[in-house]
Amino acid sequence: MSQQPATLFDKVWDAHVVRKIEDGPDVFFIDRHFIHEVTSPVAFLGLENRKLQVMFPNKTFATADHNTPTINQHLPVQDPLSANQLKALETNSAKYGISHWGLGNPKNGIVHVVGPENGITLPGMTIVCGDSHTSTHGAFGAIAFGIGTSEVEMVLSSQCIMQPKPKKMLINVDGKIGKGVTPKDVVLYIIAQLTAAGATGYFIEYAGQVFREMSMEGRMTVCNMSIEMGARGGMIAPDETTFAYIKGREKAPQGEAWDTALAYWKTLKTDEGAAFDVVYNYDAADIEPQITYGTNPGMGIGISQRIPTAEVVGGSKASYEKSLEYMGFHENDAMIGKKIDYVFIGSCTNGRIEDFRAFASIVKGRKKADNVTAWIVPGSHIVEAQIREEGIYDILTEAGFQLRQPGCSACLAMNDDKIPAGKYAVSTSNRNFEGRQGPGARTLLASPLVAAAAAVTGVVTDPRDLIA
Amino acid sequence: MAYDKFTVLTSTAVPLPIENVDTDQIIPARFLKATERKGFGDNLFRDWRYNNDNTPKQDFVLNNPIYSGKILVAGKNFGSGSSREHAAWAVYDYGFRCVVSSFFADIFKNNSLNIGILPVQVSPAFLDKIFRAVEADPKAEITVNLEQQSITIAATGESESFDINSYKKHNLMNGYDDIDYLQAMKDEIRVFADKSKY
Repeated sequence: MSQQPATLFDKVWDAHVVRKIEDGPDVFFIDRHFIHEVTSPVAFLGLENRKLQVMFPNKTFATADHNTPTINQHLPVQDPLSANQLKALETNSAKYGISHWGLGNPKNGIVHVVGPENGITLPGMTIVCGDSHTSTHGAFGAIAFGIGTSEVEMVLSSQCIMQPKPKKMLINVDGKIGKGVTPKDVVLYIIAQLTAAGATGYFIEYAGQVFREMSMEGRMTVCNMSIEMGARGGMIAPDETTFAYIKGREKAPQGEAWDTALAYWKTLKTDEGAAFDVVYNYDAADIEPQITYGTNPGMGIGISQRIPTAEVVGGSKASYEKSLEYMGFHENDAMIGKKIDYVFIGSCTNGRIEDFRAFASIVKGRKKADNVTAWIVPGSHIVEAQIREEGIYDILTEAGFQLRQPGCSACLAMNDDKIPAGKYAVSTSNRNFEGRQGPGARTLLASPLVAAAAAVTGVVTDPRDLIA
Repeated sequence: MAYDKFTVLTSTAVPLPIENVDTDQIIPARFLKATERKGFGDNLFRDWRYNNDNTPKQDFVLNNPIYSGKILVAGKNFGSGSSREHAAWAVYDYGFRCVVSSFFADIFKNNSLNIGILPVQVSPAFLDKIFRAVEADPKAEITVNLEQQSITIAATGESESFDINSYKKHNLMNGYDDIDYLQAMKDEIRVFADKSKY
């Protein structure tokens, strides 16, 4: 009997269903569970209230990232509430026997950076975390998505959550990407086409030449932002690029276990003729460096374009006007030349070494603009070490930039890294919601190249004009 | 987390006719620092509700005494963005038991169901009718009947049905949650885990 052609998503999902409930969710088994200080304390409290244990402590990994300071990490954390959450993560991890990479640990960093770089994230896994950008790990051909705190409690106590199977979306991008166009631009472009809710209810597979030729770090950037079009997650079939990235990492399989794993991973691809609920095709030639002008990630355009009118965008005119008013922008404004105040490079979206290499490629031989405050925040201590080893640190310092210590930082501004009210920030992070980077802050999402171009000119600048 | 059973809710409604209300608006990140689940309602819609000096913004609906009730009615794509369950906790802690919209973000919908808030997805046309009814009379009552899966505007009698899977419906009507369910099948999970590749 021949099997029905299946998608990559079907193969991984179906292999993890413990029980199907009629007219209800699937009981879904979780291979890897990441926790951090903000969304886990109440889950542990729930365990205590119900007198439950952690079922498989070796499948959960804890790191502190969301509210950690990015300077003076060797000193006690000043904010008592943040300090309390960090302490709770440490205490709960110790109590239940969970691996914990807290502040000061050489492996500490943003959860979605440290998972892959230590070989914890592998193809074919199911991965969850109380953080919507867990979708990042889909770059490895894993099903990875964010969950709420009640579900964190479920995974801790039973290694399962209850999930209806999402519908399947295929996004193909073929062709060659142009000069100055990065993975961030590819995903911002897709979100702008689909809108911030366009993939709600779906799980995405990204396919086509652009993703095949993309590095693992680029694929992580793309999958990371799947949630910004409403999808639970996005994934890319593992290939030689994936295997080469994983091989030799600390927690990756070794020796015979590697060979067994590799044989399985090579089966993780969508069969010819497998059906998707919806398919979108895009041409790489249409994608230029992107920037957002509004208050959700779907409000993005090519950097050389003008802000569209409410009529062109469609939807609620009042909501659109509210958004532009918050940003201090107007319909038909050009983005190029807009004065900016802050630049943030970092986050689980663009806080890996390739992002800092890209940033440095434009900064090299130039100076930080006087009107710009720049926060340069590596995604982990390992990334920070690479920045120093590769000489990027020297390029940054010579140009007048300072390197901070790892953490989520100004992406969500839970620590002191807040953009002041009314100020404009070109940010490599993932969300431009009102107040996301601090009360009243105005965020322009962009790639590390666009951020670098803004950092050295003080205004929104097309990075293609600065690339030799 | 045990919660109250949800059967029939008749209440006035609070209208928030804004689209794409993300969880950073529902509860900004700087208010996520508690290690216990309490008090989040005070910071629901914090930056829309209060000025920087903590005085209420008079033009925001939660500060308008003519609107109150246990039903929040919001524009499409409510709850997008972050997975923070704190957003659902804030909605619940403020006193809402039901959120009505023409479209919900997935994670917010899951989180709501997990803590006993009923998300009711209606057609865009019916959402407009509710907004119009509440605008015409802030004391207009809405009835949400989970058993019958219906939502009705009392003043006009206009009604629409809504979807919910029978598992979640049963849970909400009885005050059960997923943790109860999963604890009852741990042997089956253990057998599954033994065969797991990772």
